[in-house]
Amino acid sequence: MLDSETNSATIADPKVVCRDVSVSYSGKQALFDIDLDIGIHQVTSLIGPSGCGKSTFLRCMNRMNDVIDGCVVTGSISVDGVEILDDEIDAVQLRRRVGMVFQKPNPFPKSIYDNIAYGPRIHGLVRGKDELDEVVQTSLERAGLWEEVKDRLLQPGTGLSGGQQQRLCIARAIAVRPDVILMDEPCSALDPIATARVEELIDELKRSYSIVIVTHSMQQAARVSQRTAFFHLGIVVEVGETEQIFTNPRDERTQGYITGRYG
Amino acid sequence: MTDREHNTGIAVDAAEVKHARKRYRAERRFRMYGMAAIAAAAGMLALLVISIVATGWTAFYQHSIALDVTFEAKVIDPKGGRDPSVLARADYRKLARASLRELFPDVKKRGDKRKLYGLLSIGVDQQLAELVAADPSLIGQTRRVEIYASDDVDSFLKGFIDREAPESDRRVKDKEIAWLDKLEADGAITSDLNLRFWTKGDSREPELAGFWGAMVGSFFTLLVTLALSFPVGVLAATYLEEFAPKNRWTDIIEVNINNLAAVPSIVFGLLGLAVFLNFFGLPRSAPLVGGMVLALMTLPTIIIASRSALKAVPPSIREAAFGVGASELQVVTHHVVPLALPGILTGAIIGMARALGETAPLLMIGMVAFIVDIPGSVTDPATVMPVQIYLWADSPERAFVARTSAGVMALLGFLMLMNALAVILRKRFERRW
Amino acid sequence: MQVWLILGVILLLASYGYQRGRGGALASVSGDASKLHSLPSYHGAYLALWAAIPALIACVIWLSAEHQIIKMLVISGLSADSQALEPQRLALLMSDIRNLASGDIVRADPSPEVQAAAVRYAELAQVSLYAKLAAIAALSALCLFFAKKRIAEQFRARNRVERIVRYIMIAASVIAILTTIGLVLSLLFEAWRFFLRVPLHDFLFGTHWSPQTAIRADQVGASGSFGAIPIFAGTLLITLIAMVIAVPLGLFSAIYMSEYASPRARGAIKPLLEVLAGVPTVVYGLFAALTVGPYIRGFGESFGIDASSESALAAGLVMGVMIIPFVSSLSDDVINAVPQALRDGSYALGATQSETIRRVVLPAALPGIVGAVLLAVSRAIGETMIVVMAAGLAANLTANPFEAVTTVTVQIVTLLVGDQEFDSSKTLAAFALGLVLFFVTLALNIIALKVVRKYREKYD
Repeated sequence: MLDSETNSATIADPKVVCRDVSVSYSGKQALFDIDLDIGIHQVTSLIGPSGCGKSTFLRCMNRMNDVIDGCVVTGSISVDGVEILDDEIDAVQLRRRVGMVFQKPNPFPKSIYDNIAYGPRIHGLVRGKDELDEVVQTSLERAGLWEEVKDRLLQPGTGLSGGQQQRLCIARAIAVRPDVILMDEPCSALDPIATARVEELIDELKRSYSIVIVTHSMQQAARVSQRTAFFHLGIVVEVGETEQIFTNPRDERTQGYITGRYG
Repeated sequence: MTDREHNTGIAVDAAEVKHARKRYRAERRFRMYGMAAIAAAAGMLALLVISIVATGWTAFYQHSIALDVTFEAKVIDPKGGRDPSVLARADYRKLARASLRELFPDVKKRGDKRKLYGLLSIGVDQQLAELVAADPSLIGQTRRVEIYASDDVDSFLKGFIDREAPESDRRVKDKEIAWLDKLEADGAITSDLNLRFWTKGDSREPELAGFWGAMVGSFFTLLVTLALSFPVGVLAATYLEEFAPKNRWTDIIEVNINNLAAVPSIVFGLLGLAVFLNFFGLPRSAPLVGGMVLALMTLPTIIIASRSALKAVPPSIREAAFGVGASELQVVTHHVVPLALPGILTGAIIGMARALGETAPLLMIGMVAFIVDIPGSVTDPATVMPVQIYLWADSPERAFVARTSAGVMALLGFLMLMNALAVILRKRFERRW
Repeated sequence: MQVWLILGVILLLASYGYQRGRGGALASVSGDASKLHSLPSYHGAYLALWAAIPALIACVIWLSAEHQIIKMLVISGLSADSQALEPQRLALLMSDIRNLASGDIVRADPSPEVQAAAVRYAELAQVSLYAKLAAIAALSALCLFFAKKRIAEQFRARNRVERIVRYIMIAASVIAILTTIGLVLSLLFEAWRFFLRVPLHDFLFGTHWSPQTAIRADQVGASGSFGAIPIFAGTLLITLIAMVIAVPLGLFSAIYMSEYASPRARGAIKPLLEVLAGVPTVVYGLFAALTVGPYIRGFGESFGIDASSESALAAGLVMGVMIIPFVSSLSDDVINAVPQALRDGSYALGATQSETIRRVVLPAALPGIVGAVLLAVSRAIGETMIVVMAAGLAANLTANPFEAVTTVTVQIVTLLVGDQEFDSSKTLAAFALGLVLFFVTLALNIIALKVVRKYREKYD
């Protein structure tokens, strides 16, 4: 569908390779033959008007769509060369490698400590309390939350502010040591200051993880991502280096969206 | 934690595979618990139904012994006046006994004779009296009459009494079995649908006991319940939902209704006993009081169901009616209540079904009395179906066990009918806004 | 019958009022209805309501007072000896008189005094009926007369009718409160009379229950003792057994229904559980007594345990089955109220479905589930027929589920059924037990509803 000369859908060293990905909900098609590569150790942002399929696409990459009845995903998505849409692949194992952060912070109604420890515990990643303590601490440190919560680890995670909750969710996601982190508009429920902190964190995290972020804010995409894909009506219109997309879009629909003619 | 080496793909090491396998076993186990729980619940229901049907179906037919009875005029009506009260009080048992003696002339001993007569139901006089009352010209004639067998004989003929068991363990002895075999060989033993069960009142004798009295009692009781709880419930629900200001009083009423819904039914029985019977002096054992107690008990159900039906009517309907200048009451009576009516009726039927199955509060107000007559009004002493079941369940006679279960089947039948009605109502008239 | 007669009279007057109101209104504007403030039918309804409602209220008041007044009059006509009888003997005598008056069978051959009193009773009842009819008709006519004077062109009949209807609605809503007041007062009053005879602490903390009191003072071994501890213990034992059955089965059914079952399976399972909830308790009681009890006895015997066929286990088991649908449908609601975002959060970390349910959904739903269990406990404590038919009457203080125990509800039933007298400690004890039952279930219910409401607010 995409013309590879005008669109750099493929890149040299991809972490995730998506080819001909189509999604339909109870017979209604939402995504049409998406081709997209996700680069290693960089942030890829998915932008586009609401309802264009960015979140749907994001949820394909860790098969969160499995949870929805009547959702059919076709095509091919491979992570490190392994086909993940294959029935053989265990979604549970996949999600341990491909973590996700949601639009609205959704800490479990448990303590901060238990929120982080949940993942390592169910996956059996740690042996003993000391190791678990260490994982909790490093995860919180990497999420930039440690200093704020170290004295109240046993208080409920739901008692934190919105921005802290979202960073808690990010810490929760990295505690299982994933390779890829998917973020579905992680800042849409946050105030500007909290957003800035989360963006800093994303920039920080890309050194260790491959990150895909869905965002409504073009400024955010420009600030945090290296590559950007523009979605419209269930297809990828244009994909490329973030700078190129924002300064010199090739497609007029991209141009229109970026300059705010629709969205 | 330093920057980790990246895992090559999602393929994982052996330890992790092992761990995953364990987790999936746990997953399957957990899922199985769920299915097992549902299977257990379904199994219990099935067991209940099976045990009821298995013990109860035999009550739907009954054995009779056909005898040639001579309706001797000098026994029935020595004066020849054909006075109905004389005819009703005559010694019909004597006639039946005479024809039995004719069949078994060699039974001479007194004890044996008593056993022989015991083959027939005690209600034989009543049965013959009814025949004569219906047709006095029978007097002087000989007719073949099918007389109900006694409960023990009936049980024996239905196969509940093992003839191989030692005689001392049997309620039907060897001699009786011999007589029955002879009767059977003569073709004198017949088995018919037990119409009496559906047409008569209670009796101490299982073979004579009927369920109809309890059915009529239930009907009168529910009539009173419906007449009281439906209008009051709908009015209260309409007021609370459409008119009431949101203040402390309406809050109290609301909390109060929710709590009333959870008060044990037997406490309502105590209320009925203390207030309706002792204070107001209403008659004991009457469907009137039973209905009143059940009405208080059903009221919360009807109010709660009606309120949710009223709530489901969208505000746009009300606005449209107000828009054309209808008064508040007109909006409610012309538009909102008619639209909510299917829901209200469904709630009312479900409430009635619960009232129909209710036993405990009725025990408190004396509806447990032994009542033979079919009640004719709401103030006549009566019993209701579930109480009749309870009474029969307490009776020692073997044959009452089947009657009890048959009563349960009848009760469940009515309940299913009512629930089916509610479902149909909901399906047919339910509106999606 | 007399009720129908009175209702008929009132209905007649009301319909007459309707006609007159309608006609009067039309006449006042010489047939041109558009000149009226309200439709003619409202004028009619106005008069009809005035004709019916005061008369109905008067009728209800009369009927409720009638019994007490006639009783007083009849007693005052009895001989001095009879009047001097203690209250409970007098009550028996009165019930004989009433039965005789209404033509029912009386226990023994009535004495001439009783016969005379019965005749007097019947006379008084007859007089009361005629007086009642006359009074009601007069009241109705009087109200009609005054209300009719109001009918005029600009009379706001619709507003008046609507206001009356609103008052009727308020009255209907207040009935719920009156019921509660009636419950509390009747229980408190009778229980108070009981506690005058039996000290409160003897009742609450005594360990011996044998409620048979002597009818004559010289009877042997019938002193009656009212220590309710064995009864409370029996109730708790059976409730505990029921909960052990109902909570896991109900909870797991709810989990399966809300998390695993396909919509089709759910559509089959839900009605099945509803059927379980719709079976009358007397049927469960029969099932417990007829099938489960003997089975448990046989089962116990095969293990050398001496089990009676009326055992706590049989009653508790069947009660547990009865309560499964309560637990499951309440838990189902509660589990469905847990936001999907929490489940997604757990799945995104690679949790399996059961891990998500056990570690995220259930802890989140816990307060709601606790509320559901409390409601179920309240239900179990108040359940009557199953225990009456399957648990037995013996007030044993035991924790052995194979033995027969008795419960609060069983005792209420046995103390009151078949008893006409209403003044002995024995019958009054039933009200004391009823009072305890009422407040315990009420408290459980209030706590449960609070917990559930709080839980819902959290996720709304």
